[in-house]
Amino acid sequence: MIRILKEVRSAVVATIVLIVIVSGVYPVIVWGIAQGLFPFEANGSLINKNGIIIGSRLIAQNFTKIHYFHPRPSSAGTGYDPVSSGGSNFGPLSRTLVDTVRQRVMKYRTENSILPGTEIPADAVTASASGLDPHISLGNARQQAARVARARGLSEEVLLQKIATHLEGRDMGILGEPRVNVVLLNLDMDGNK
Amino acid sequence: MPMQKYGYEWIQLAAYIAILLIITKPVGLYLMQVLDARGKTFLDPLLHPVEKGFYWLLGLDPIKEQTWKEYAISLFIFSLIGFVMTYTVLRLQQHMPLNPQGFGPLSTHLAFNTAVSFATNTNWQSYAGESTMSYFSQMVGLAFQNFTSAAAGIALAAALVRGLARHSAKTIGNFWVDMVRIHLYLLIPVCIIYAVFLVSQGTIQNFKTYDTVQVIEQQAGGNHPIRTQIIPQGPVASQEAIKMLGTNGGGFFNANSAHPYENPTPLTNFIQMLSIFLIPSGLTYYLGRMVKNQHHGWTIWATMLALFLCAFLVCWHAEEAGNPRLYALGIQQDTGNMEGKEVRFGVFDSALFATITTDASCGAVNAMHDSFTPLGGLIPLFNIQLGEIVFGGAGSGLYGMLIFVVLTVFIAGLMVGRTPEYLGKKIEAYDVKVSVLFIMVPVFVVLGFSAWAVVSEWGLAGLNNSGPHGFSEILYAFTSGTGNNGSAFAGLNANSPWFDTTLALAMLLGRFFMIVPVLALAGNLVQKKRSESGSGSFPISGIMFASLLSGIILIIGALTFLPALSLGPIVEHMIMLRSNLAY
Repeated sequence: MIRILKEVRSAVVATIVLIVIVSGVYPVIVWGIAQGLFPFEANGSLINKNGIIIGSRLIAQNFTKIHYFHPRPSSAGTGYDPVSSGGSNFGPLSRTLVDTVRQRVMKYRTENSILPGTEIPADAVTASASGLDPHISLGNARQQAARVARARGLSEEVLLQKIATHLEGRDMGILGEPRVNVVLLNLDMDGNK
Repeated sequence: MPMQKYGYEWIQLAAYIAILLIITKPVGLYLMQVLDARGKTFLDPLLHPVEKGFYWLLGLDPIKEQTWKEYAISLFIFSLIGFVMTYTVLRLQQHMPLNPQGFGPLSTHLAFNTAVSFATNTNWQSYAGESTMSYFSQMVGLAFQNFTSAAAGIALAAALVRGLARHSAKTIGNFWVDMVRIHLYLLIPVCIIYAVFLVSQGTIQNFKTYDTVQVIEQQAGGNHPIRTQIIPQGPVASQEAIKMLGTNGGGFFNANSAHPYENPTPLTNFIQMLSIFLIPSGLTYYLGRMVKNQHHGWTIWATMLALFLCAFLVCWHAEEAGNPRLYALGIQQDTGNMEGKEVRFGVFDSALFATITTDASCGAVNAMHDSFTPLGGLIPLFNIQLGEIVFGGAGSGLYGMLIFVVLTVFIAGLMVGRTPEYLGKKIEAYDVKVSVLFIMVPVFVVLGFSAWAVVSEWGLAGLNNSGPHGFSEILYAFTSGTGNNGSAFAGLNANSPWFDTTLALAMLLGRFFMIVPVLALAGNLVQKKRSESGSGSFPISGIMFASLLSGIILIIGALTFLPALSLGPIVEHMIMLRSNLAY
């Protein structure tokens, strides 16, 4: 019994000391280094326009108007809600999934005047995992270029060039997929760098 | 299929394996020092005084070792105290500091489920972090457990390896010494560097209130309210590092490693995948060194790699092939199944992450497994059912694999008609009994609870999908809980009193009922005499042994779970290919 009590005492002491180290000292060290070396990233990669924060480079926001590029569909809350990140979690045979995607395909075709027979980029009509995916595929961005060009009275050529400057390649040449950040692209369209 | 498109994926896969191979030996050698009470590391000048201070506070002589029963008691008491601490923090969240959003306390069943979940290294999440947990709860209630449960797993693996390496002895190490040294010399230093790297890529690390931003697209006209978005913040990077390195998997945010703040770039994704296997892979080298049979260590490593590759190629292929229901609507097929995946990762990195996180008992996700194709989702499920021994959890992977090694040696011995022998020690009835116990516990827990849930109202009430996929959601939940994995077919709403409680029980049984047989095995092996293995003993390295070992793992896994899998993902796959049904 005394030995058990001694073990309990050890466990309590170890718990307290470890809390101080791994829940106190460790995150504060990381916080200190992070705020010193990478303050922009550590604070959320927030975009500041004339003193007003208008979003994060890493977090998708909803764009519905025709003169903006549209992000991927989102299942985060009622859509693009960072307080409830997540995917749709519909299985591949879910009727709700199939119906929802069918509607998105029709809308995407109409909005972007896509000819029957041309296939739609998959990322344009499927919900992302986080609901906050700030990226779209290059194909998706290009399909939307003509619409945005018309709405803004620009030539499609100019828009395709814009997209090309926002194309992020694979990390280190091999990792991940090429992608275009919708938030940054739309900011650029509005004349903000 | 154009070769050019697939080139990058194969290069990345080759790079992943090559780097894993290269780091295995250095990590293993470092573990040799960390897991030896008299070991020397390059961090000694800085940390040795801290270590000594720890022992002084604990009133402990670091050279004095424990028998397996003493070791087990220390581990259980420590886990219990940790559980009580976390439960208390979660229940009293509103009275604790660092709660800028003013979150209230968790319900009793959610706090119970979460405290068990983190104390057992499962990190099953019935809650959504960004709308439930204060920064204090994340750091003290949860991250503390991420460190300690991972360290306990590594300590257990070390204890079992000592049982194998020593002979005619009684003790298998000292739990407290192992815990202190693993924290100080391994987990904390690696995590500091790792977390800073994550921040450099975009992972956040701050303590501020959630940001309210005015989004770019505002409504036209003057009388519309300003559209805003609330963006959660917090000390994410420090949490993320140990979540991956400790194979815990509990995300700061609900979307876990799919969230751009947790896993912002393909590079962080690659490092996260590597960090899951870092310690488990190094432990195979540690095993080889300790038992003075490096061929044996590498044979186990190679077996793990082979099982990993087989599973991954199936998962990748299934996700690449995609969902015919959606293709029928006129969408492009070249990017595969993108529902529930992020563009920066695509199908390849999502399938690779899913395979790795379930080979190990990590359970972090960078894509939603619930939306995987039937066979793509079968792989993570089956990986956990095999026991998460393919590299496996930090520590738990190696000790789980060694149980299978003991069984393989035993079965091989029966086949050739010799007394089974492992590393010069006779494998006898007691050893086989505890090994079989280890394998039987999850069978009963997973299948028992799943069967109960699918015939109960409380079970069906949580479903997000119906038909075979609904069954898969429930089977996955209890598989993940029992296997202490923590990933989910996340459509299942498991935050109900029944699910929270049954899953918590599954997690407890899956952790502690399996730790006892492991320690008992260690305690029995350590006292045995070692005979020099002669030409008659069965070789435990080489292709022959690797094939036998993987054969036995697959046969036991398949025999046990194939019937259940047939009702879920397998029948769903048939329906997908051979009909137009949707549910």
